[in-house]
Amino acid sequence: MSEAQRTPFVESLLEAAAQAQLPGSGIGWLDAARRENLDAFEAGGLPDSRMEAWKYTALRALGQRRFAAGDAQASARAVEMDGFALPGIEGPSLVFVNGVFRSELCRLDNLPAGLSLQPLSQALQGNAEPLRFALSRHYREGGDVFARLNAALAGDGVVLRVAAGAKVAQPVRLLFIGAPAGEAMASHVRQIIELGEGAELALIEQHVAAGVHQNLATQVTDIVLRQGAVLRHVTLQDASEGSTLVRHDSVQLDGEAHAAMYALELGGSLVRHDLHVVLAGDKSRLDTRGVFALRGRQHVDTQMSIRHEALNTASESVWRGVADERSRGVFRGAIVVAEGADGSDASLSSKNLLLSGQAEIDTKPELEIYADEVKAAHGATVGQLDERSLFYLRSRGIPLAEARAMLTAAFCRAVFEALPEDGLRDYINERLMAQLPSA
Amino acid sequence: MLKIENLHARVEGKDILKGLTLSVGAGEVHAIMGPNGAGKSTLGNVLSGRDGYEVTEGSVTFNGVDLLSLEPEERAAAGMFLAFQYPVEIPGVNNTYFLRAALNAQRKQRGEKELDSMQFLKLVREKLKIMQISDELLHRAVNEGFSGGEKKRNEIFQMAVLEPKLAILDETDSGLDIDALKQVAQGVNALRSAERGFLVITHYQRLLDYIEPDFVHVLADGRIVESGDKTLALKLEAQGYAWVNDKDPALTGASA
Repeated sequence: MSEAQRTPFVESLLEAAAQAQLPGSGIGWLDAARRENLDAFEAGGLPDSRMEAWKYTALRALGQRRFAAGDAQASARAVEMDGFALPGIEGPSLVFVNGVFRSELCRLDNLPAGLSLQPLSQALQGNAEPLRFALSRHYREGGDVFARLNAALAGDGVVLRVAAGAKVAQPVRLLFIGAPAGEAMASHVRQIIELGEGAELALIEQHVAAGVHQNLATQVTDIVLRQGAVLRHVTLQDASEGSTLVRHDSVQLDGEAHAAMYALELGGSLVRHDLHVVLAGDKSRLDTRGVFALRGRQHVDTQMSIRHEALNTASESVWRGVADERSRGVFRGAIVVAEGADGSDASLSSKNLLLSGQAEIDTKPELEIYADEVKAAHGATVGQLDERSLFYLRSRGIPLAEARAMLTAAFCRAVFEALPEDGLRDYINERLMAQLPSA
Repeated sequence: MLKIENLHARVEGKDILKGLTLSVGAGEVHAIMGPNGAGKSTLGNVLSGRDGYEVTEGSVTFNGVDLLSLEPEERAAAGMFLAFQYPVEIPGVNNTYFLRAALNAQRKQRGEKELDSMQFLKLVREKLKIMQISDELLHRAVNEGFSGGEKKRNEIFQMAVLEPKLAILDETDSGLDIDALKQVAQGVNALRSAERGFLVITHYQRLLDYIEPDFVHVLADGRIVESGDKTLALKLEAQGYAWVNDKDPALTGASA
């Protein structure tokens, strides 16, 4: 890309990179990786809709915007935490404000045996070698523009390890707070999560807002589950109206590992979530559950890809979407059963509700199978609320608007029914009811 | 209480009700019987305000109010209850939650104070004496995975909690074995009172062995062709519906 074609977006982020004093700078391999990813970002810029992965999400408007390098006050900004609490969830936590680690807001004392949890900025001050594999990645795929940007600019984040055999009883909470910082700013968070053999962990990731802002946040997460490890990962995305949030998750499952990945997308104006999972070991299992409930002019795009690469692996994906007013939801679920991954069992369901004539939902399940003895099923629908159910509720005295809200919430809620934490389910219900059109 | 006069209604362009006239007073139980296609279910659906039913002529007043101008939820709040022939399964909506929402929505529309969860639970426990529903069913999603009998009992239980002025039972006996039928009938009988009217729509006389009607009407080709006391039901049972056709001027070609 020549200088002349550089968008304000790319320009502002290159300026940010030039000013940045990132933790870990001076580590040769890290400097090189950051440099290479930044060069690729500079050369490639933002993709347009001709690129398949960005077909339904236009970045033209974002390209015209500038983002400040960071929030100078992030480490001291006062934040009211009460509103972000999850009932019954009182385990260890890491808290970030506009991408900056805030130790005084965290709960890190008395970590359970086998759990190691620290901010990336701190981990990079010690022996960075264990992070080398994750942080040396080059995001060459054309569509991975935000991962590239993140790899170039992320200075903080989460390094979480659970030792082999350790079963962490209390859910660990990762809280990312976006706050207004005068002008729109960009923050970049990197997460590296590994569960050792037979380890167990529940992880709750929250994206919340302390006031309305137009910030950009990028996040890249690598999750590795070793043999027989079990992870439940719940993301509650409640980012500020007006904000842009791009998350890029890569998950690797070794033999007999089991990951349950939940996502609730409620906030943000432009939200993109890439979820790539590789079932790399025999008998590994994946459950994905997701809901987006949108209104206003929100645009939320989930791109999920699941690769079955080993014997007797299973994946079950259940996604629900609701779009009201002029919002737009995009879901792409691509499942590949690779050659040799015999005995795989894959299912994907994407059901969606349009609550307004001006809302739009694009859903696209894709299935590619190169193995034998595979069970695979997928289904996708976009429709309206069931008239019979609506009439039943109304015939009992429930007004139309309330009946609609009740059915819409029920449509979404079922996705989270398997969550064992009562408080979390209640919280999700409440947030859904608040987000969905009410009586 | 309920006054239906010369009611004409059509569904998907087809005339189904063709001049139905009927009055139900407080405390009365009226049975509507008739062959398939006579318009029995259409009557229930028109009265409860289901979409897709077009009233082309006639009037319905309920305690002096023009019923046909009310939304379904307003009819419910006014005291009308329809026990569905096919109760709808609603995954994700808890049965107890739904019932409390319904009761409070009605109370709110009537300008009454809403019940808090303690008051509501007390009411539920009281009403469980009338129609026994297991705790498990109360906590499950509305009708989801219920057996045919459980669904119908749930309808009667809802009726017990909502305490309507007029209850319409739309072929509540269909699909029930004799034990389930008796249970449902017992529930209905327990709810009979001097203030409450019932319109029991059924194809078979069997239900009326257990819910004894004050009046029996025969519906054929969209209108009432014969009215009588409970012995009329026995006559229908003995002779079938064939003789009804002779009574129906439309079917015999005579002018009404």
